[in-house]
Amino acid sequence: MDPRSTRDGGAPGPEARSAAPLLRTERLTVRFGGLTALNGVSVAVPRGEIRAVIGPNGAGKSTFFNCITGVLRPTSGRIWLGDDDITGLPPDRVSRKGVARSYQITNILPGASVLENVRIAAQSRHHGWSLLRHHRAFGDLIDRSRAVLADVGLLPKEAELAANLSHGDQRTLEIAIALATDPRLLCLDEPTAGMSVAETQATVDLVRRIARNLTVVIVEHDMEVVMGLAGTITVLHYGEVLAEGSPAEIQANARVQEVYLKT
Amino acid sequence: MLRLDDIHTYYGKSHILHGVSLEVGPGEVVGLLGRNGVGKSTTLKTIAGLVRPAQGRVSFEGREVAGLPPYRLAHLGIAWVPEDRRVFKLLTVAENLRTGLDRAGMTEARRNELLDKVYRFFPFLAERRRQAGGTLSGGEQQMLAIARAMMLEPRIILLDEPTEGLMPRMVSQIREIIERLHEEKVAILLVEQNVPLTLEATSRCYIMEKGVVQHEAPSRDLKANHDIVRQYLGV
Amino acid sequence: MGIPFDQIAIQTVNGLVNGLILALVASGLTLIFGIMDVVNFAHGDLVMLGGFVGAVTVASTGNFWIAMLTAALTIAVFGALLQMTTLRPLLGRDPLTTILATFGISLVLQKYALWQWGPSARRIPEPITGQFALFYLQYPWYRVLGAFLSAAIIGALYLFLKYGKYGIWIRATTQDRIMAGAMGIPVPLVHTTVFAIGAAMAAASGVLFGPLGGVTQTMGFDFTLRAFIVVVVGGMGNLGGSILAAILISLLEAYASLIVSPAQAVIVSFVALIMTLLLRPTGLFVPTPR
Repeated sequence: MDPRSTRDGGAPGPEARSAAPLLRTERLTVRFGGLTALNGVSVAVPRGEIRAVIGPNGAGKSTFFNCITGVLRPTSGRIWLGDDDITGLPPDRVSRKGVARSYQITNILPGASVLENVRIAAQSRHHGWSLLRHHRAFGDLIDRSRAVLADVGLLPKEAELAANLSHGDQRTLEIAIALATDPRLLCLDEPTAGMSVAETQATVDLVRRIARNLTVVIVEHDMEVVMGLAGTITVLHYGEVLAEGSPAEIQANARVQEVYLKT
Repeated sequence: MLRLDDIHTYYGKSHILHGVSLEVGPGEVVGLLGRNGVGKSTTLKTIAGLVRPAQGRVSFEGREVAGLPPYRLAHLGIAWVPEDRRVFKLLTVAENLRTGLDRAGMTEARRNELLDKVYRFFPFLAERRRQAGGTLSGGEQQMLAIARAMMLEPRIILLDEPTEGLMPRMVSQIREIIERLHEEKVAILLVEQNVPLTLEATSRCYIMEKGVVQHEAPSRDLKANHDIVRQYLGV
Repeated sequence: MGIPFDQIAIQTVNGLVNGLILALVASGLTLIFGIMDVVNFAHGDLVMLGGFVGAVTVASTGNFWIAMLTAALTIAVFGALLQMTTLRPLLGRDPLTTILATFGISLVLQKYALWQWGPSARRIPEPITGQFALFYLQYPWYRVLGAFLSAAIIGALYLFLKYGKYGIWIRATTQDRIMAGAMGIPVPLVHTTVFAIGAAMAAASGVLFGPLGGVTQTMGFDFTLRAFIVVVVGGMGNLGGSILAAILISLLEAYASLIVSPAQAVIVSFVALIMTLLLRPTGLFVPTPR
């Protein structure tokens, strides 16, 4: 089954590249009673890409996001992460397969230090029982956590209580926590919501840095962030893929403009 | 009549409004445009007293009103029609309307006068007056929410995305209602994502992005020059 | 087994009487919870205070009805002051905070009653003596009167909520306190008034219960406990549900005490509570949300 042939609608896009997709959905459909939130959405995100999912209110972005992170079970269709079929798996299983996500409401442990927050997340992925046997393994864990903090620029604040961080730093810590689980796919849910222009820019720079070895799916409303970060953009409208393409292609797409300005 | 000066509002630690300033004159119909998440609803909620600004001033008809509880603002003449309508589902249509009619200084006669007026504005509400609010369709609930706000005899109505989720036929009905409210000299601050409707119905518009007002212009200018709208609201 | 029919009939009447008086207490509790999300652990102590005020008033005036009215008004004012000073500042906070606050208030009220009126129980004489023949028993008229009065007060409350001028304010605030405020309804005043009404109803039941069981400082806890069971089984915030649940539970207890001692019969209430929480946690008479 050629993954490149299952994509619907839109301009010719990234699957022309040779990389096999890391994330693939096939006719993903979600119905709530009489409401169809997603209707046959098929996307393929190649390894290493930053994919932005945009669309006007009610387009199905959150629903799509919740499906690929295991929070929501689709009514029909399939989701693949690499070779694994992750359709309908609960969030903890999906996380273990290598999908990490950030939350709109900050999901950090306020009473723990910055380093501890990251260490706890890293611990869930590695070691487990072996911690009892190898006390050196704990040292590895701390080193890994410090490395992640250095990546996101929070290392100087490692001993700080998470509750005392500024809002922007807390959002950054969330991203660090997601990274600590060593994911293959990082899902970011409106990471710049509520941020000032300066904080937004800092977040954009951060995501660009960490995305070098990662595949990222990001849902965002801020168009500058989207245009600046995304390699490919998927536009959803009323639960269907309206268009897909590079930022330039999407900006030039008259139908997309119409949908955004006329809703 | 209504004026916001450098308003900063937070939800917990999240800094949503980064210094919003705007004003609405008596009887004006002003639009507030912007993409999702820029803080339009939060601006309306700040004006209506539902959330207290951390910094900045809100003045209404010459007095400082930031920090007053919502029911005081309602009595002063600020009516709020929320995005999700928030019709009282277990109250009948008539009871929903009644919630705005027991203010100080209301007489039985005045109450009936206002009810008659709103039933003429919205005849279908008269038919359904004994029906529970929760049994109305989405569009009907939107009309009820606006009618209910009118019961406060407000000087300004804060309308939060009234056309969201409505069919085109109802959208034009909303347009008419805004027009008629304008005839009654009620000021309106209209938050919307439907750009054509907003440009038609308003005399001028503010455009918000990232928690601040980035642009202000007369609506006919925005209609003539699509680029600005496209820049802030398009893709 | 074969329990004689007339015993069952008498227990049915007892169950209804107790149930209606309990319903009076529980309606106040559920009303308060429904409108301001306050779990009032001191509610039974308001019953107790009402009983004491009633007992003292009867002792000086000799009139049961004046006593009941005085108790209701006094405790209503007291309740309003209590709500304004201790509960209003806690609005919107974590529910545990209000539970702890009202629990603390309960302890204070019990100690106050002990200090004010001493450790011995008070009696409230029945306003009407006399009995009628119910099967093999001589059944006191007062019990029937108590049930009627409770029903009448609850009925008046229902009518007030449905048709009264400010009933709409209370119902709107219960459904959506934010929108009610935005419509000009003075929400803090509505909260205080509802608390006062709940307190008045509790006080009235304290006086009604007086002739049946006496007034003691510790009687509050039993009422609070039973009222909570009723409110959970009936659906929190659901007025009709609490009334039905109060009657149901009292009937079950009354029937159970045909088989076991009355002190053990109370287990039935707990069983009902556990079953409700397991099977229909939002209340027996409330449709379980999907």
